Parts: sequence; structure tokens; C-alpha cells
Amino acid sequence: MINMTDISKSFSGNKVLKNVHFTLEKGEIHALMGENGAGKSTLMKIMSGIYTRDSGTVEVKGEQVNFTSPKQAEEAGIAVIHQELNILPHLSIADNLFLGREETIGRTGILKTKQMEKKTRQILGDLGLDINPSDPASTLSVGKQQIVEIAKALSVDAEVIIMDEPTAALTDREIDSLFKTIRELQKRGVSFIYISHRMEEIFSLCDRITILRDGEFVGERKISETSFDEIVQMMVGRELGERFPERNSEIGEVKLSVKGLKRKDCFEDISFELRRGEVLSIAGLMGAGRTEVAQSLFGYKKLDGGTIEFDGKQVKIDTPRKAKEMGIGYVTEDRKSEGLVVDFSVEENVSMTNFAAISKNGLISKDKERKLYDTMVKRLGIRTSGPDQAAKSLSGGNQQKVVIAKWLGIEPKLLILDEPTRGVDVGAKKEIYSIINELAERGVAILMISSELPEVIGMADRVLVMHEGKITADLPKQEMTQERIMHFATGGGKLAVEDQ
Amino acid sequence: MQLKTNNQSMLQKIAPFIGLILIIVIITALNPGFLSVSNLMNVLRQVSINALIAFGMTFVILTGGIDLSVGATLALTGAVTAGMMASGIDPIFAMLLGLLLGAVLGAINGFIIAKGKVAPFIATLATMTIYRGLTLVYTDGRPISGLGDSLTFQMLGKGYFLGIPVPVVTMIISFGVLYFILKKTTFGRRVYAVGGNEEASILSGINADRIKIYVYSLLGLLAALASLILTSRLNSAQPTAGEMFELDAIAAVVLGGTSLTGGRGWIVGTLIGALIIGVLNNGLNLIGVPSFFQQVVKGAVILLAVLLDRKKTA
Ligand SMILES: Nc1ncnc2c1ncn2[C@@H]1O[C@H](COP(=O)(O)OP(=O)(O)OP(=O)(O)O)[C@@H](O)[C@H]1O
Ligand SMILES: [Mg+2]
Repeated sequence: MINMTDISKSFSGNKVLKNVHFTLEKGEIHALMGENGAGKSTLMKIMSGIYTRDSGTVEVKGEQVNFTSPKQAEEAGIAVIHQELNILPHLSIADNLFLGREETIGRTGILKTKQMEKKTRQILGDLGLDINPSDPASTLSVGKQQIVEIAKALSVDAEVIIMDEPTAALTDREIDSLFKTIRELQKRGVSFIYISHRMEEIFSLCDRITILRDGEFVGERKISETSFDEIVQMMVGRELGERFPERNSEIGEVKLSVKGLKRKDCFEDISFELRRGEVLSIAGLMGAGRTEVAQSLFGYKKLDGGTIEFDGKQVKIDTPRKAKEMGIGYVTEDRKSEGLVVDFSVEENVSMTNFAAISKNGLISKDKERKLYDTMVKRLGIRTSGPDQAAKSLSGGNQQKVVIAKWLGIEPKLLILDEPTRGVDVGAKKEIYSIINELAERGVAILMISSELPEVIGMADRVLVMHEGKITADLPKQEMTQERIMHFATGGGKLAVEDQ
Repeated sequence: MQLKTNNQSMLQKIAPFIGLILIIVIITALNPGFLSVSNLMNVLRQVSINALIAFGMTFVILTGGIDLSVGATLALTGAVTAGMMASGIDPIFAMLLGLLLGAVLGAINGFIIAKGKVAPFIATLATMTIYRGLTLVYTDGRPISGLGDSLTFQMLGKGYFLGIPVPVVTMIISFGVLYFILKKTTFGRRVYAVGGNEEASILSGINADRIKIYVYSLLGLLAALASLILTSRLNSAQPTAGEMFELDAIAAVVLGGTSLTGGRGWIVGTLIGALIIGVLNNGLNLIGVPSFFQQVVKGAVILLAVLLDRKKTA
């Protein structure tokens, strides 16, 4: 189907792909794995005509091609779902889905709005999304926007569909319906390239796997003939050991105590305590109101009721600025729109939360700024070509680390992490877990929102489960199982909730 | 020079400079008189007023905003200052009050935009009309003259310092200060941050509203400074002063390569943009282009420059 040989690519002298091979057979689901920055997205962008290769050849159905634009690739039957969302927030959901190939009455340019909305409802319904097609896309959660992107690629009748971390923002249920759709299309002869950092997904979905490391081709395997461990080994080039590192933190006095928090149409009756050195996780389905709770605690969204006590004193947090001054950090869910100034360099992004530390009387000290950057890059193992690299050209996982780096500099007392390992590779995930552990050991209170249940169970001391804006369970470590959490997350009736 | 804040390539950054040189070469070839010291001083003096406003406009545009009211701000501050001076108030005090008024008018813009969440284009379109109207009300539509002979005031528009016109000195000093602010201070960095991604800035604990109010105030202050120079030059305040100045300022910023969507750009480019416009104004006169036709040429050059710039970015 597709045959890429000896592909090389450099960005300003920095070689990110070195003689990479990649073959895709008709009707297979081919996984592409590798650490953050290994070059997966770059390879796919070359295949789809977004970047031009420096050398090497690309063949599609036996014919050599030189795509110079994504449009050409699309005409050749290759559709891409990019890692970054490309949703126009003010257009309706149907408009987004049909963008660039609107259905019109003859050639008049008059839109068949009703018809497109009907199709939208149907296509998205097949993917398990029940929405109103005329609503603006901005009303959808990130996860749901992702599904619209997927639907967009699915509905152009492509022969090859490239998916770059499509499930990073999806809930289990959404993932199930996505997989069902993929398998159905596979039966019709559609081939898939599937990039993900989630091993379980790869093993349940894919037929073959290609692994990249540092821009080099490491190997290709049949999924049925390989193992979890072999792939990790190939990806990182060494044994990784335990997936969740050990934590020896002492859980101390209550740091944060909230009672009856309420925000209209988002959540209500949210009460919990969080102690020093404790990792408290909030689990739940996308749209359960977890992010809104975090944003309200951080002063970004207004509360309509309830009280917050910080260090035993009642406080009012009405701006992120105030939250920051109190020692609260917030690693946002969506790094591109909320976490980073993508045009800024990595260094400038790290500085954004740390002006107090790197400046005096409003003057930025270049030395201090560089020192902060150096410390953070080392502490988090961020892979950059230097402090001046633009944040937008970092690989997804490294962008995530930059967002975390922003908040480590303020020495937070309470750190809120919203999906901290989304789109992050196995090695880096473990590094992020170690950082969380290290912070907890130092007495930082951690509030971690996560949709990945293994992560919740592996990391949390306690988990709150939310469903439609309410806390449905508060489970201590001993009682956490995937089944129990899912039971409460889907609104299953209250089992007896133990008091702690 | 360290040029990273906006992550543009070096070539992109020097493009306006090359354009400026090119225009100078062409004009000089057609009329060597262009390069005479007295003419160059003339050009610089003419440029200074637009440059001062364009410097402030750079800050505003970097935050993703725009200000159409600067011309009217200039007229109103000029009229009020002149009014105070004509009525015998101490000229230095009057000028300081004029500067303050400019900052306040700017702050009003900023406040409407930041707190009222009104689009900058609309907000300043409205205040442009209001400020211009207030000027006409205040002056009754007539120029204000008889401003006395305060040396400081006279020097501001007409004086020389070491052989250089004082307006040019004012422009250079302002440039230096503003360059430093954008490059080295937390305020400058925050200006870029707010324009680059407002949501991320707020979530990083930056008070974006305050930054916006500050940049519009700064622009108002610089417009008031420009108005003092203009009033001194003309020895009177005109109620119609500053008409279309906002467009020249915006053109200078854009010619300098600053993105109208905010977050990217630099003030050196703005200075060059202002020089390009000034050189064109002066040069087209020198080489005898009829004055009605000059506007066509000027517009075409701006369009060409911006088109070339887009080509490179693509
Ligand atoms: N436009 C660009 N300019 C400069 N460097 C780039 C650009 N795009 C990618 N890179 C660099 O190329 C390398 C590979 O990036 P790529 O996005 O392909 O990684 P990836 O394997 O997709 O990682 P992830 O799992 O984090 O998404 C990274 O080091 C990245 O910084
Ligand atoms: Mg990628």
C-alpha cells in the first residue's frame, strides 16, 4: 500500500529522521511507536505532504509520489488525524465536519445545511456521540472535539487513515466505539497507521508495529509475535522496570479543605480534604466536571457557592494570580490552548510563571532565566535543541513537560495536574510519576485528574470519582479497582462509601 | 543582537531594512539631493511624530489589539494643553497635564477593552469619534494659538540639540527606552505573552487585563507627546490635527513585520517602517511625483512590502 524507504529529515540542522523505513500493507492496522520526539509525527507529516523529506522515497500503491500539500495526499486516499486538534471553535459541529467539502445545491454554493446536520448526527452517532449538530464546536469537550476530527477523516472515504494519538483525550467508552469503527473499516479494506503511547491499545487493536528511536528505525514486529516488554525495550533501548515508581511520602496535616463547592451547570456539592504529601486523584468520564472543579479551585472559573480552606484559613480564590501567590500550581489539560504560548521559546514558556524568581524591579535577569531553564530541562529531561527552540516545534510529550516545568519553579504547595501524562511516552510517563512522587515526598499536596485508570490506581492514595458534576465515591487505596471506579464514574448507584 | 522573542528568522527580520535601503537608493538615483544632511534631518523630523505613535501602537498590536483613536487623542491632548497655555497656566505644568491626559484617554480605551470585553477595533472606533468630538467642542472648531514663548515648549518642536532636531532626539530616546522595556522587562515579556496566548497567560498568573490597560495608556501617553511636538512646531493646536495618523502608525507597525494577530514582532521593525513611510513622503516630493499620485504610490509600496513578507512566511 505504502512504502517509505530511507527517509531523512532535518530541522535547522537537527536530524530528526535518519534513513527510516516504513511499510503499510493493505487492510492492516499498523502501530507506530517511539518515545516523545522519536519522529513519529514528522514521518507521518512527510507521508501526508505537510513536510517535504530531505531524502528517500515514498511509494503509494507501487507508484512513487512527491506530495507537496496535504490536499494531494488526500486525493491519493490518505487522510490524517493530527495530534493537535484542528477544530474551528465558532463554527457549528456540522460545519466543522464538512469543512472544505460542504454539500451544496448544485454548484450554487448554497449550503444544504439540514442535510449536512442530519448526516453529522448520524456519523457522530455511530461513534457514540449524541450531540446537536448546529451547536458551535466550542461547546464540545476536548475529547468530543477529537471525535469530530476522527469522524472527519472517516467520512472522506480514505484508503489509508493515519491517526496520531487519537485516543489521548478520549474516555474508555469513546475509545470502544472508535475501535469498533476502525475494525469495521478494516474489513472493508481500509488500512490504518496508529500512533499511540498506550500499550494496551496497541495490543488489542493492531496487527503490526514499527518502532522508532531517536529518529531511527529500530524494528518491525507482528503484534502476535512480540511482547509488551520487548517493545518497551526497543523503544527506550534499556529495561524500564516498574511502571509506577515507589513513593515514601508522609501524609501530613490538611492542606486544602473544600465544602459544598458549586458552579451552576457544572458541578455541585463538592467536598473533600487534601493533605500534605497526599496524592488525591479525581477520576470520572470526560464531562463529569473534573476540569471545572480544578479551574474553579485555581480561580479561573467563578464559584457559585461553597467554601475553600487553605492551611486552615478560609480563602477566596478569584484569579489564577491569587492562586499562584498562595502556592497553587495548575498543569492544564490542553497544553496548546491553555498551557503554552506556542510562539514563545521553551525558555520563555518556563519563565511565564516565574517572573518573581528571574527578575528584580521588573527587569529580567538573563542569567537567572537561563539557570531556571537549565534546571528544569535537567530535572524533567525535556528534549529540546536549545532554550530558543519554539514550543510549537517540540514533540507533544516534551510540550507537556514544559507545562509541568512552568509550575515546578514556583515551588508549589498544592499542585493540580489535569491529565498530566496525556500523549506522553512510557519512559517520560514514569519520569512524570517520579516527579509527582518527589513533590509529594517533599510535602506538596497533589490533586491529579486522570482518565487513565491504571494511572489513577498506580499513583493515587485516594480517589474521588465524579459523575455528572457530583462526587459519587471517595475510595482509599485498598478499595480501588478499575471495576469499582468505572461503576461510580458511570453513575452506578452508591455502594456503601466508607468513611475514612 | 538576540532576536528570539518572536522566533522569526533573521531574514524575515531584516527584510524591512532591505526595503528601506532599496527605496533610498532609488530615490537618490532620481534625485541625489535626497541624501543632503539638511534633507535627511528634515525627513527624520517628519518621521518623529509618526514614529512615536507607531512605537506605542507596536505594544498595542503585540497584545493583539488595535487603536484607531490615537489621532483624536493627539488632537484632544494638543488642544487642551494649548488651551491651558493660552490661558496663562505654567507651560511646563500644562505640558505635564497634557501627557497625563493622553495616558488617561488611553487608559479609558484599555479599560473598555479589558474590562468591558469590547473588541479593540470597535471600542477605539467609538472613542475616536468621542475624542474628536470633544476636541471640536473644546476648541469650538477653531485653532488655538498665542501659546507664549516658553523656551522648553518652543524647543520641543523647533529646537536643535547638538545639531539634531529635538523631535528626533525625543524619538531616539523614546525608542531606546521602549526597546529596553520590550526586551528586558517582565512587562515587555507579558505583552508578548498576552498577545501570543491570552488564556495561557492568565492561567500562568499574568493579569492580562492590567497589561492591556497599560499598553493603551502608554500609547495615549506617546500620542500626547507627539501632540506637544506638533503643537510646538505649528505654534498652535489644530482641532483637525492627527487625522489619519492612526493609519500611518498601523502601517509602520505592519511594515516592520509585527503580526496584527499579536504575539509576534519587534519595535526595531516599527522604526524602520516609520522611516520607510517618511522617506516615501519626502522622496516622492523630491522626485516630483504629483501629490495626488503620491498616495497611490505610497499605498502600493505598503501593499508590496506586506505581500513580500507573507511570501517569506509561507
Ligand atoms: N517544525 C519543526 N521545527 C523544528 N524541530 C521540529 C519541528 N517539528 C518537529 N521537530 C523536532 O523533531 C523531533 C521529532 O518530533 P515529532 O513531533 O515527530 O515526535 P513524535 O515522535 O511525534 O513525539 P510525540 O510522541 O511527543 O508526539 C523533535 O525533537 C521535535 O522537536
Ligand atoms: Mg507526535
